[in-house]
Amino acid sequence: MGKTLAEKILSEKSGTDASAGDIVIAKVDLSFVQDTTGPLTVRQFQSSGMGRLANAKRTVVFIDHAAPSPNANLSNDHIFLRDFARQSGCVISEVGEGICHQLVPESYARPGDVIVGADSHTVTAGGLGAFATGMGSSDVAVAFGLEKTWFRVPETLKIEVTGDFQKGVYPKDLILHLIGKIGADGATYKSLEFHGSAIKKMSMSGRFTIANMAVEAGAKVGLFPSDETTQEFLQAAGRGKDYKPLDADADAVYEKTIRINAGKLEPTVSRPHTVDNTALARELKGTKIQQVVIGTCTNGRLEDLSVAAGILKGKRPAKTVRLIIAPASRRVLLDAIKAGYISDFVEAGAIVLPPGCGPCLGLHQGALGDGEACLSTANRNFEGRMGNPRSFIYLGSPATAAASALTGEITDPREVM
Amino acid sequence: MLRGKAHKFGDSISTDYIIPGRYAHLRSNLPELAKHVLEDADPAFVSKVKAGDFVVAGSNFGLGSSREHAPLVIKMAGVSAILAKSVARIFFRNAINLGLPVLICNTDKIDEGDELEADLAEGTVRDKTNGSVLTFGKIPEVMLRILNEGGLIPYIQKHGDIKL
Repeated sequence: MGKTLAEKILSEKSGTDASAGDIVIAKVDLSFVQDTTGPLTVRQFQSSGMGRLANAKRTVVFIDHAAPSPNANLSNDHIFLRDFARQSGCVISEVGEGICHQLVPESYARPGDVIVGADSHTVTAGGLGAFATGMGSSDVAVAFGLEKTWFRVPETLKIEVTGDFQKGVYPKDLILHLIGKIGADGATYKSLEFHGSAIKKMSMSGRFTIANMAVEAGAKVGLFPSDETTQEFLQAAGRGKDYKPLDADADAVYEKTIRINAGKLEPTVSRPHTVDNTALARELKGTKIQQVVIGTCTNGRLEDLSVAAGILKGKRPAKTVRLIIAPASRRVLLDAIKAGYISDFVEAGAIVLPPGCGPCLGLHQGALGDGEACLSTANRNFEGRMGNPRSFIYLGSPATAAASALTGEITDPREVM
Repeated sequence: MLRGKAHKFGDSISTDYIIPGRYAHLRSNLPELAKHVLEDADPAFVSKVKAGDFVVAGSNFGLGSSREHAPLVIKMAGVSAILAKSVARIFFRNAINLGLPVLICNTDKIDEGDELEADLAEGTVRDKTNGSVLTFGKIPEVMLRILNEGGLIPYIQKHGDIKL
């Protein structure tokens, strides 16, 4: 019987013939934490008696969530993590390098890897065919020490995407549409596996956006085959040797297949306060917003900034809107400077943040006031997410965000393109 | 046998309801962090919860972030178990890893303040207020072994390894 991508990777990494429903112990190829989950992980690791890291070179601490730190408490957490990195010999990614979910695909993840991170959006690396999943501090602490963890091999929902995206419609609209269709728990415990002609043609940037949000449907992983596009991405990152082709077997068994025609999708928006509460952007015309965020681990890559700059260049956002740009990594920021996008943004009146998580999780750099609404390219719109339970978060593509910044209300980007 | 009162919550209680990101600066000061448990879902919860009580929720409890601080502050509030119709994957694993049982059952019949008795071995929850008895889904064997050791870190302290 053929295997899904999840079954294939977990079979190889557990040395067993793994099928959905089996419990396996798999080798972990990379484990990481970030600055808001790292201190607890390190304390769990230190109290566990495991002593040394199993593989310090494949253990990474990212300082990205509160970067630069907004207060002394978080600065002290950063000191604690730096001390741990020095003592344990693990890799540290400092303030300003960027978001873990951008840096893991750029620098560490390989097709066929098992990756565990103490952050739910670890699933992003599924875009290049890594079985990457978010876990809590205790589980990641054990992966630090043992270089392995247990998994229940997930059932898989096959998402077959055909057709060509219309102008103004992007992979972000596809994943919001899918989550709206199956619900925020529509893939709980399962693997989402993406196939079809539209996926074959999709850039790595688009694949990462989709994989990033797999967890918003409850999924354990969001997996893409590793193909020539993956190879080009790894070569451009100076990691051509990390490439290997990977695909599901033709006779793999799926729990269900969901077919989507990309050509029929329209710009889609998640309304407060759940990601599956979706509507078309044009149906929300007239909804006033006070802040727009373009960036984060979902849509903070060069391709996203290029789309936004294309809409904003030479224009001014509505006077009632604060426009915030948050590149996902230092490399993205540098490339965006070279491409002229950052000048376009600043000339358009935008605020450009340092590479990092920015205002997405309500720590700093753009918390919302009472009654305010934000259109963000991030992945979550839970009540209180952006620092205030009395505010409202809408999620959309970089194009929808840029178009909405110009008008001050939720706008279908096709109106301004 | 676990005994306590029910504190009722709705569907889709995210980790941002349980312990919002805006309190991330308190994550290395757990007693302070725990004062904010579930405050955006029910500001009175922290003052009325007593040792042994139950968090009783609808579907997809704990969706969102991987922050283990979410089940941790619920446990620190004295909660003996979480009852929910369904629970998000990472939260479920985190709760068990901290030795906090999560029991999957139909919670519709349980009202706020009901007196509950949960028998983990028998797999039942008795609502002493309305007399109903609910059965909950089995916790997978591998998780049960972790739960029985009081959580994953105590399990590793004892066994030094993970075994199936």
